[in-house]
Amino acid sequence: MTAIAPASNHTGSRTTRLLGAAVLLGLVALILLGFFGAPEDDEQRDAVRMIFIHVPSAIFTYVAFVTTAIGSVMWLLRRSIWWDTVAGAAAEIGLLFCGLTLFTGSVWGRPTWNTYWDWGDVRLVTTLILFLMMIGYLSVRSLGGDEGATATRAAVIGVLAAAILPIVNRSVEWWENNTLHQKSTLTDGDLENLTLFTLFVGFAVWGLFFAWSLIHRFRITWLERELRAIDLDRALDERRAERDDV
Amino acid sequence: MMLADVLLVAAKDLRIEWRSRVTVSQVLPFALLVLVLFGFALDANRPVLDAATGGLFWVAVMFVSIVAVQRSTSIETTDGARRALLLAGVEPAAVFLGKAAAVALQLLAVEVVMVGGVIVLYDASIESIGLLVATCLVATVGIAAAGTLLGALVAGVRARETVLPILLLPVLAPVLIGATRAFDDALGTVAVDGWAWLGLLAGFGAINIVLGALAYGVLLEET
Repeated sequence: MTAIAPASNHTGSRTTRLLGAAVLLGLVALILLGFFGAPEDDEQRDAVRMIFIHVPSAIFTYVAFVTTAIGSVMWLLRRSIWWDTVAGAAAEIGLLFCGLTLFTGSVWGRPTWNTYWDWGDVRLVTTLILFLMMIGYLSVRSLGGDEGATATRAAVIGVLAAAILPIVNRSVEWWENNTLHQKSTLTDGDLENLTLFTLFVGFAVWGLFFAWSLIHRFRITWLERELRAIDLDRALDERRAERDDV
Repeated sequence: MMLADVLLVAAKDLRIEWRSRVTVSQVLPFALLVLVLFGFALDANRPVLDAATGGLFWVAVMFVSIVAVQRSTSIETTDGARRALLLAGVEPAAVFLGKAAAVALQLLAVEVVMVGGVIVLYDASIESIGLLVATCLVATVGIAAAGTLLGALVAGVRARETVLPILLLPVLAPVLIGATRAFDDALGTVAVDGWAWLGLLAGFGAINIVLGALAYGVLLEET
């Protein structure tokens, strides 16, 4: 068997290019709306603009890690390599969003709560533990060795993390009875119309970015797997050729 | 049948401990060492130590549990004992429960000495012995279950010593919070309802026992 010539040296396709273009356009719109369109808050002044990246990051952290949990379950039930690849790709992007949530939260917390970090806040502490768990998840994925075994190990952690998180959340909630987070800004109807609109633009951009990066990451992992198989085939062919020469 | 297998595996691990005395000669001194180090770190300030006893005790237990789980895992990884366990025809769930029980018993033994340690070193006084014992029992079952599951998970990889802590410690976060609060009540340092926290610890233990019993077979056979 001869090595398959790569059709292209990138993982782009028409779908991803459209998605990428939409993300870029959306980002420009978000920046313009976020900085110039949306009015400043009566109490928080300009700091309120942090909401446009903080809240979408937080929401898509959950979306990503739920995807990982679903992928983990599907691997354990059906030994589906497709789902295992989705789980790993979603975890990486989720970790990025989770870090972004923590970072923007701290930066936002400084002017509004007068502190970068508050131990009494349920969501803060839960998010940090989620962040640490997913670092563990990804480090197990990166250990190497047998692919099936790695997928099984990662899947068990994915399920364990999903099962433990509600408990972490409970424990932190009972731990201190105060929270700095607003209950739910969206349903209060307190937000100005343009602020709400900008926030939804933020959701859309983050959602498109999640889809774009998930597809790319999935394809890279998939190609890596194919490449390993090709390398193995090639090595086998070479050994066989040596035998035939003799 | 199942119970007999559980006891068999637990007895095996405890017999290995009895003959090798790793927990007694290494894990226990390590536990006391951590307690002494906390004393140094907090400047031998007894009021501070007294107020923080619950938290320091359980952080020390977290560290000890890593060592104990590593020991429990290494029993199976050396000489291909994992394969032998599979071939022996024992239910994987029974292996899990047996190994978790053995870890829990050893941790409990260490905790008894550590309670003595905090009374002497940190000036702790016990207000509710019942709550103290119940907390140790329930929390330790959860720690042992989570530890045994994750120990089996990393058993097959080369970097298992370094991976285990970053997997286990975040998972044990609810135990640290719950057991510390319960201890605060039992030692009378903070006015909280410690018994209410036992429910959380029990829930944590139940989830880990169920997940562990379900996942152990897959991990034992495929990794």
